[in-house]
Amino acid sequence: MSNIVAKTGNEAMAEAMRQINPDVVAAYPITPATEIVQIFSSFVSDGKVDTVFVPTESEHSAISACIGAAASGARVMTGTSSQGLALMHEILFIASGLRLPMVICEVNRALSAPINIHCDHSDTMASRDAGWIQIFSEDPQEAYDQTILAMKLSEDIFFPAMVTTDGFIISHAMSRLEMYSDKEVQDFLGEHKTPYNILDTEKPMTVGSIVLQDFYMEIRTQMAAEMFKAKAKIQDAYAEFNKKMNRNYNVIEKYFMDDAEYVIVALGSTAGSARYLCEKLRENNEKVGVVKPRVFRPFFAPELVEILENAKGVAVLDRSDMMSSTGGHLFNELKSAFYGNAKQPPMKNYIYGLGGRDINMSDIEKVLHDIKEFSVSKVKDSDVKYITVRE
Amino acid sequence: MATIKELANKGNLFTQGHRACAGCGGTVILRLLMAAAGKDTVVVGATGCMEVVSTIYPYTSWNVPFLHNAFENSAATASGVESAYRAMVKKNKINKKINFIAFGGDGGTYDIGIQSLSGAMERGHNMLYVCYDNGAYMNTGIQRSSATPLGSSTTTSPAGTVVKGKMQNRKDLTEIMVAHNLQYVAQASPSHWSDFVSKVEKALSIDGPTFIDILSPCPLGWGYEPSLSIELARLAVDTHFWPVYEYENGKYKINVKPKNAKPLEDFLFKQARFKHLKNEPALVEELKKYVDDRWNALLRKESSCS
Repeated sequence: MSNIVAKTGNEAMAEAMRQINPDVVAAYPITPATEIVQIFSSFVSDGKVDTVFVPTESEHSAISACIGAAASGARVMTGTSSQGLALMHEILFIASGLRLPMVICEVNRALSAPINIHCDHSDTMASRDAGWIQIFSEDPQEAYDQTILAMKLSEDIFFPAMVTTDGFIISHAMSRLEMYSDKEVQDFLGEHKTPYNILDTEKPMTVGSIVLQDFYMEIRTQMAAEMFKAKAKIQDAYAEFNKKMNRNYNVIEKYFMDDAEYVIVALGSTAGSARYLCEKLRENNEKVGVVKPRVFRPFFAPELVEILENAKGVAVLDRSDMMSSTGGHLFNELKSAFYGNAKQPPMKNYIYGLGGRDINMSDIEKVLHDIKEFSVSKVKDSDVKYITVRE
Repeated sequence: MATIKELANKGNLFTQGHRACAGCGGTVILRLLMAAAGKDTVVVGATGCMEVVSTIYPYTSWNVPFLHNAFENSAATASGVESAYRAMVKKNKINKKINFIAFGGDGGTYDIGIQSLSGAMERGHNMLYVCYDNGAYMNTGIQRSSATPLGSSTTTSPAGTVVKGKMQNRKDLTEIMVAHNLQYVAQASPSHWSDFVSKVEKALSIDGPTFIDILSPCPLGWGYEPSLSIELARLAVDTHFWPVYEYENGKYKINVKPKNAKPLEDFLFKQARFKHLKNEPALVEELKKYVDDRWNALLRKESSCS
């Protein structure tokens, strides 16, 4: 039984949280994610959820409380953005290292300085090595669906997960949302699964021990192996979600990729714009396509290589910069994924949209022209371009 | 009130085999704390000496559930544990009473963890926070903290030819916690074990946030023979350096009033960290004034409550 409503990304995520009905939510306000927890706190006040809400004095304490609650066998969620996620940074690694399931509704926003409240992916990308599952959403529907999916996934694989939307572009933009019934969400999630429970005083255990040269390496190696295995489980989770919730999601979405010669690779909302553009260009028989990875961590490297290796040109759009002189995060991952591959399509990086700088159809079309030109001329030039920048 | 023998026979909830230094005050405190708290207790420990010495994988000294998250967030972490407990009680998934205790050293409490502590106390979580205050960052090698007393020589406030140790007085964290309007705040010393145990029992019987600051002698950081730990803890009380008192429902009570207070020098000059002050009478006077002012203020607060 689905229910069709109009919701913003933040509202959609708050609704997902309500239907998940977590045991504990600990959070702190930050633009543009504030609304998620603000709306959720009204669900708490109106008795629509059973959640114990912990309005902490910082994001650092929010994620710390999430760890305490998750270690106590609770289903746990929070929401944040930008500086908030950066303030959580230290503790993100502890959540994954302790193998605790939880979900962050993360709204992508630029990191300071200069301070800016609008979208880019620098916050999420800065936490890419924290051992979290990272999922990008294109619109409120995906944000809603993937929040529900991530909660179950996280409890199945005992890795924490962050589901992201693009600040303001998705978080504050209203669109059609098809919601499930509360029961459908609860049935999909099933009983909460926890790796251990420190409230069990009959079976006391020590969690968060100091582990030195003798065992640290083994524990981290096991974790890496589990993250490797998680890839198949994530694919299974999407398949199960599709089946039970009547969706058609893939870990990597492909549009017009059967015969696409020139391809845009983009995360989140921009993938939607690129798809729209390609639909238009296809009317003129231009063989262009779009690849949208939903999951950035773990990185589906061989799968992306397989999808992209036959392209005549690949334009990788990054809404973040590694500040390493080598471009953006998605580009670096893809470039690395192609190392040693027999086929090496011409590939370029286009850094766009930092701090919420708008990207429109003509900007993406220029990117397609540029990658075409590059793949024909093969002129040795910088492979990283910053687009839509004032001259 | 339990006798020491009864406490000793309460079962080892914090056991031997940990890696603490000989004479460590912190482990004495934890042993007493756990004897008072009992087995239905969940403990969250901040990074620091006590966490490091008690949880070296694959061993543990804890016979109760123990969680370590990071350095500055044991109070926030415990607030999550306690919130999960409330959620489980609400859902009838758990029905027994569980005590929640968070602890940290002075570094993890006075300094880096004060925000997390303040937040957790303000939110009213049902938990006891215990600070074992040894007056410096002992785990990383005796660096000054905001709990380090004036004049104390530490590795980041070394007594040199120009600067004579730490040049600032201690932060009064116990009074900061009183300012949080908690039902119960106390200062204790391991020399007065029975007082400490009853404070822990009292704190845990209260439904709400409570705080105990306990002096934790450190042979390595303070520079004295390990056998003297409890004697030093007692001297700290007898010289008014560390008043043993409590603040309960808006009322102050000084639990130990030494009949004849000893001169502060008796406490200071048994420790290497203060030995350079023998040539710095002005600094000793300044420290004495701070100690006396606080003691007198405490007496006034106590009498204004009676």
